[in-house]
Amino acid sequence: MNLLKIAPSPHVAGKHTTQNLMVGVLLALLPAWAASVYYFGWGAILISLVSIASCMMFEFFIQKYLLKQQPTLNDGSAILTGLLLAFNLPSNLPIGLIILGAFVAVGVGKMTFGGLGNNPFNPALVGRVFLLISFPVQMTSWPKPTGFTADVVTGATPLGLMKEGLKNGESVNAIMAKLPSHMEMFYGHMGGSMGEVAAVLLILGGLYMIVRKIITWHIPVFTLGTVAVFTGILNYVSPEMYAGPVFHLLTGGVMLGAIYMATDYVTSPMSKKGMAIFGIGIGVITVVIRVFGAYPEGISFAILIMNAFVPLINAYIKPKRFGEEVKNG
Amino acid sequence: MLKTFSIGGVHPAENKLSANSAIEVLAIPQKVVIPVSQHIGAPAKAVVAKGDVVKVGQVIAQSGGFVSANIHSSVSGIVTKIEDTLDSSGYRKMAILIDVEGDEWLESIDRTDNLVVDITMSAEEIKQRVAEAGIVGLGGATFPSHVKLAVPEGKKVEVLILNGVECEPYLTSDDRLMLEKGDQIMVGIQILMKALNVNRAIIGVEKNKPESIANLEKLSAKYKGIEICPLKVKYPQGGEKQLIKATINREVPSGQLPLNVGAVVHNVGTAFAVYEAVQKNKPLFERVVTVTGKTLAKPSNFMVRVGTPVSSLIDAAGGLPEDTGKVINGGPMMGKALSSIDVPVVKGTSGIVIMPEEQASRRQATNCIKCAKCVSVCPMGLEPHLLSKMAIRQMHDKLEAEKVMDCMECGSCSFECPASIPLLDYIRLGKGRVGNIIRSRN
Repeated sequence: MNLLKIAPSPHVAGKHTTQNLMVGVLLALLPAWAASVYYFGWGAILISLVSIASCMMFEFFIQKYLLKQQPTLNDGSAILTGLLLAFNLPSNLPIGLIILGAFVAVGVGKMTFGGLGNNPFNPALVGRVFLLISFPVQMTSWPKPTGFTADVVTGATPLGLMKEGLKNGESVNAIMAKLPSHMEMFYGHMGGSMGEVAAVLLILGGLYMIVRKIITWHIPVFTLGTVAVFTGILNYVSPEMYAGPVFHLLTGGVMLGAIYMATDYVTSPMSKKGMAIFGIGIGVITVVIRVFGAYPEGISFAILIMNAFVPLINAYIKPKRFGEEVKNG
Repeated sequence: MLKTFSIGGVHPAENKLSANSAIEVLAIPQKVVIPVSQHIGAPAKAVVAKGDVVKVGQVIAQSGGFVSANIHSSVSGIVTKIEDTLDSSGYRKMAILIDVEGDEWLESIDRTDNLVVDITMSAEEIKQRVAEAGIVGLGGATFPSHVKLAVPEGKKVEVLILNGVECEPYLTSDDRLMLEKGDQIMVGIQILMKALNVNRAIIGVEKNKPESIANLEKLSAKYKGIEICPLKVKYPQGGEKQLIKATINREVPSGQLPLNVGAVVHNVGTAFAVYEAVQKNKPLFERVVTVTGKTLAKPSNFMVRVGTPVSSLIDAAGGLPEDTGKVINGGPMMGKALSSIDVPVVKGTSGIVIMPEEQASRRQATNCIKCAKCVSVCPMGLEPHLLSKMAIRQMHDKLEAEKVMDCMECGSCSFECPASIPLLDYIRLGKGRVGNIIRSRN
């Protein structure tokens, strides 16, 4: 008989592992990815592959040769960062820029802070915002959904058109007449980044993650809820100047952001109350940037700004202790 | 809607393999090793010497103070040694070794098995009898039971709660006891109610024991004041504070006792031992032990004399499987892995779980991804990831402020962590150091 093993309790473990949580998110994104390929054709497939491969490659090389550690590619986080980065890009972005974006996302956004678990900012968004600020032209020419045709036709997104139109003094209703209908936007039939189309599939993936206990409902609901309420109030006060909540919820990647980017474990708060504050903050900043700021889209910046507040939120918002409410013995 | 506790909890696989195995009396071994400390509090002091002849039920070690307990011989025979011997704690502790001869009991013990329902002793007499009989909490904590029955001036007990939850996976000794010795447990509960001067008792049982629940519900018609409360299956429902929250919806505040919310909690096995002590004049020297595991030939529940080596139990259950990796004393969530199976069964031994080699190793620990699953499962509302990191950095003041001493070491955090970080290991370390600091202040 072999020697008996001894170790402190517990002697059994649950079914979640970092790897299967990451894979769960990837599975949740699959329907939306398929829709993206349907609308944007070969470009979508190419960007996804290049982004994922680049993120994996940079993580591997940095871990193995710079940090001299065991590479941890099989935890799936680099693959997920790659896919999420691709989802934030227009499907006709030049390959060199994708690789550069992947380098910034993984190398700067994640590895400089100490690898998985140590980064304060969402790595995919760090990569995306870097590209947006450094290459604004390429990053804002959005392909129209023409499927697997040879030519890519580009134009502004519905959100971009709305912003332009309002600046030019047109009324909301006049602009809306020129845009895809709400139903078309719900199913993704509009121009935009790979992941900002097909709201219905993004929501489906979100529900899947909630059922499998990969995320909870708090961040998506508070984020989307705040966007809806804030834009709802603005629209009610002045329907000619401010587009309605449904329009805002279906455009500009707020679905992707609220369900998949803001819910990243590492960069979001650890208590339910903290998650609510986080979601509300993202919602407010998103709408402020969209409506009063220079950019048509605000969610990427909103999430990064709120990421910065997460350590503070974690330090001051504590979970409810057992036995806390009984004041007298 | 089944009642449950509101904060935290996990769902380990239940694996109640021995649930249908009736209690078998295990053969008396040839030698027993009886430690003088099988309880919380001061160790007992041996009152026999090498060469003494002892009978079953005879006091062989006297209680060492108020928070202590008597130790009785579980066999008849000759005392061969009194020395430090390896026990289930992994350390060598003082024990009395006896070579068994026959099975001669003290004449004062009533060995008949007719049910004695009438309680003739007064409350004070009951408390004294419980103390004399060396009864300790048989749920595993082994807290001397007479101490829990001594209600201080000014405190009032409103309800007696019985712990029939058995939330640890694999263990079924309380389940079988509730099914086979239901009447005796009921009388034992009434004895405890008389001692505490309460007229209300609640037995909490997890829903995965439907036959026991049915049996107790049927019996409760005959015994006044005792209610059965089926509970949702969730670990650690059997924790005292969680049980009180689920049954009477009161939370015991940090650092306080159940008495502060009007409750006293006893394990159903303890209630059975109280019945035997008060109605049959039989002290505590044997208990039901579950021996189980997926690779074991015959998962069983045995009635075992204290001092029997664990190896005898495993042999009787089919023998130690070839591919055994760990032998756990207790359940897989809070039990202790044994370094040897030649250690004795003691009053607190509720079960022995055999883990095969391939399940006996931990997963490789990786980076904390701040998923906060540990926070969501902690039944005490703590933040295990934070306590663990603070313990590593020896931030003792902050640990105390973050209520590390409230941790009940249930293991839910380590169980749930997707990165397989040994959170509880570090928290225990922090608790130990902070505990020392607190004690040195007084």
